[in-house]
Amino acid sequence: MAKSKPRIKVPKKAAKGDVITLKTLISHKMESGQRKDKKGEKIPRQIINKFTCEFNGATVFSCDIEPAVSANPYLQFTAKIEESGEFQFTWTADNGDVFKKSQKITVA
Amino acid sequence: MKKILMLAVATAIGLAIAASAKAEMKRVAIKPPNGHALSEIISGYEYRSKETKVLQDDDIQNPGFIWVEQGEELWSQTDGSAGKSCASCHDDATESMATVGTVYPKWDDKVGKPVSLEQRINTCRKDNMGAKPWKWESGPLLSMTTYVRHQSRGKPVNVSAEGPAASWAERGKKLYYQRVGQLDMACSSCHEDNYGNRIRADMLSQGQSNGFPTYRFKWQKIGSIHRRFKGCMKNIRATPYKVGSDEFVALELYLATRGVGLPVETPAVRN
Repeated sequence: MAKSKPRIKVPKKAAKGDVITLKTLISHKMESGQRKDKKGEKIPRQIINKFTCEFNGATVFSCDIEPAVSANPYLQFTAKIEESGEFQFTWTADNGDVFKKSQKITVA
Repeated sequence: MKKILMLAVATAIGLAIAASAKAEMKRVAIKPPNGHALSEIISGYEYRSKETKVLQDDDIQNPGFIWVEQGEELWSQTDGSAGKSCASCHDDATESMATVGTVYPKWDDKVGKPVSLEQRINTCRKDNMGAKPWKWESGPLLSMTTYVRHQSRGKPVNVSAEGPAASWAERGKKLYYQRVGQLDMACSSCHEDNYGNRIRADMLSQGQSNGFPTYRFKWQKIGSIHRRFKGCMKNIRATPYKVGSDEFVALELYLATRGVGLPVETPAVRN
């Protein structure tokens, strides 16, 4: 897995006041920093350490991710939806890489 | 009084757990044809926990889809001296590859042996695209194999061991029942004689191949059936054959015939 690729599932439409489920998964090896290579040297830590989800600029959900989390971390959470707008998902890795994905939702 | 109440609650909980465990024991099985080695054919899916099943069944949660999507991208990428991609000849994979995943390993007249899906993909790359074959267990080969076999998800395995492939299936059968390694065990010791029992903390399945390439939590990624074979052989302290070897292809062929009728689950999720 050379490049990390986020996958998300957000409903395209919702009614005002609905509680919707948001599902996210990003491909990442999540190297914990605890393993050693064949020469016995430590493999440096390389994980996704932060995840945020914003809706129209306001934070809906965010968390720090620690080394014990498995490869390809999956996060699922819910949000109450009041207006149309855009969800912006951001994953930050140890080496400074930032992965983003966004999706619009329309409130009927 | 309080103590008795607590005891009653504990018993109730205990009963509930026992009941749910029993519900989990019910496994979907298909009836094998006469003369089959097994009295019932059961997918490895049925031996996994409720949580693992949920993960496999949801295409967003299932991490195997990372490789499906990567394979989909590779499908239309040109590579090699002929300037072709898979799509140049095979067009839309959802149609052209719709049942391919159910019939491999399949007899190949050109090479005079059965070939696995991985080998078929690499033959196509070499002969038709003029591209370098992908390394076994490399990202691109896993992705393409997963993507192609995924097109057959839900369709029954239909591998044939007739005609010239018969002697290869026979060879695979020999390997299946051959005791090897320091522990002196054969595939059948676990997967035929003891499926449904625990080997220490692990639940033994029939070792069916209908979900491969499979995402294993232990691997933290997807892997081929040959990688799984190697792991099994190491577990019984035998010297594993090489991935892509004649031995493993023969074993893969025989193993697939034991699971004819099971739905393809690629990408399956196992622990």
